[in-house]
Amino acid sequence: MSAARVHTPVEKIATGISSFDIIAKGGLPRNRTTLISGTAGSGKTIFAVQFIAAGIEAGVPGVFVTFEESATDIRKNMLSFGWDLERWESEGKLAFVDASPDPSVDIIEAGGFDLGALLARVKHAVRKVKAERVAVDSLGAVFSQFSDQSIVRSELFRIACALKAIGVTAVLTAERTEDYGPIARFGVEEFIADNVMILRNVLEDESRRRTIEILKFRGCDHQKGEYPFTIVPNGGVIVIPLSAMHLSMKSSNVRISSGNASLDEMCGGGLFRDSVTLVSGATGTGKTLTVTQFLQGGASNGERCLLLAFEESRDQLVRNATGWGFDFEEMERQGQLRVVCDYPDVSGLEDWLVTIQAAIRDFKPHRVALDSLSALEHVGSAKAFREFVIGLTSFIKHEEITGLFTSTTASLMGGDSITETHISTLTDSIILLRYVEMFGEMKRGLTVLKMRGSAHDKAIREFTIDKGGMRMGQPFRNVTGILAGSPVHVSPSDLERVWGQLEADSPEV
Amino acid sequence: MSKYLLRLFVTGASTRTATAISNLRRICEQELEGQFDLEIIDVLEFPELAEDEKILATPTLIKSLPLPLRRVIGDLSDTEKVLLGLEVQTVRSHVNDAGAPK
Repeated sequence: MSAARVHTPVEKIATGISSFDIIAKGGLPRNRTTLISGTAGSGKTIFAVQFIAAGIEAGVPGVFVTFEESATDIRKNMLSFGWDLERWESEGKLAFVDASPDPSVDIIEAGGFDLGALLARVKHAVRKVKAERVAVDSLGAVFSQFSDQSIVRSELFRIACALKAIGVTAVLTAERTEDYGPIARFGVEEFIADNVMILRNVLEDESRRRTIEILKFRGCDHQKGEYPFTIVPNGGVIVIPLSAMHLSMKSSNVRISSGNASLDEMCGGGLFRDSVTLVSGATGTGKTLTVTQFLQGGASNGERCLLLAFEESRDQLVRNATGWGFDFEEMERQGQLRVVCDYPDVSGLEDWLVTIQAAIRDFKPHRVALDSLSALEHVGSAKAFREFVIGLTSFIKHEEITGLFTSTTASLMGGDSITETHISTLTDSIILLRYVEMFGEMKRGLTVLKMRGSAHDKAIREFTIDKGGMRMGQPFRNVTGILAGSPVHVSPSDLERVWGQLEADSPEV
Repeated sequence: MSKYLLRLFVTGASTRTATAISNLRRICEQELEGQFDLEIIDVLEFPELAEDEKILATPTLIKSLPLPLRRVIGDLSDTEKVLLGLEVQTVRSHVNDAGAPK
């Protein structure tokens, strides 16, 4: 009997906190206590309330023990996240144990004491609502209510044990003074709980970056390292699980039109449906046009398209499209186009990812275009940017949406950008748009650099832009060094000789 | 002399409970000359009363009357602190000093 028990793995309960269960590989260990430690403003209380709220939404009652803010304050603060705690209390799904200090009452300590009353209240609340989840916020505040720290220490330990004994799954929060330092302020909190998680809110390149890390899950597995998360109104904590997103990506052989027949031909018959294409080029090479064509191609096929525009205003985009012969306003009326247009700096990259994901879930587009990634590059740190791109690409692919992102190169001729070095490996196809200087004239060239899983045209073709959009021309046969940014004209006779040589070397080509 | 209204919250019949009760009875008999009502509440039996009064620690002594409301926690073995909490006038001058309002 006992031998069989030894091999029973720790069961986990899905918390219901968006994506947290992915990094926790199923959720929090059932019937255990988990410490959530973090600096001031790292989101501990929100996480704790959300743990209870998500449970109640899934039909699991909970108890919230507060040592810091009063129950009244918490009820009020959490309304903005869409959690109506008062209603749940009246419905008997939630009970508060308000152990917040009352500044008007002076407490005198006269001899040894225990926290028996607190424990009795918690147990009573758990019985009353038949709670399966308990959140305690925060342990540090208990210490500040009593002068005898050693009693508090042993009493908290006793309460943690009691919580396990009554069969609830509990989260306990604790403060820490630094984002990278001792786990918690009083140095004992981590020994009270079975599991330890850390929330961080680090200042990085003048912007705040929130991360969550599972430090220790006694007896069970979890994802390691820090994962970015964000806190949004009407949603609370949203974890962005980077590694987990790759697992379920599908891939199809269905081709769709890029909106330009010649470009489709160069890509070997069109773009793959759940692929992400990067269009890279200097300013004015035709990136926004490529995006516009891509959207038009979708709309003319009866598909819904989402445009995320970070460089130009709505009016500018509409005007540009009209200039090339596309009617964005009509597409919007038909419900085939939605434009999300904003300054990139209005929110952090994690928030952008959440906003974009929400827009995609809401509009359910077949195609998503983002113009441009470079505009978002400076919103966060390089690491945050890479995580954003990973998060977005994997989300798009997972939803079987075709994505087209643009990226602006810094130099007019050739060159690459930081954006590209970060994300070229994450995209399936890369289309380069380049200026080609020839005989005192700027011409535009286009090449399909990479097309995962398909043959494609290797030539660099000249193209022109007129009222009908992009017109593909002939390959630059007698020019080399375009991508390097220094085109060199090669005389036709030299070219003939090289080609003749090649054909002689490999007759099967 | 106004009558003292006292409530003592305890957890079960532990040694600490017994100590607190006997300490309190002794102090009351000696200092309050029988002018008190004492109610002893076991939080295990009446957790909702502990909830109403927002009690964390046991034993907790609450002096409801005379006002102001005062709370003393612990097994009440420190008699001077208990007297401080009860705001009992005594002949010992240093208690008076310590008991002056903050």
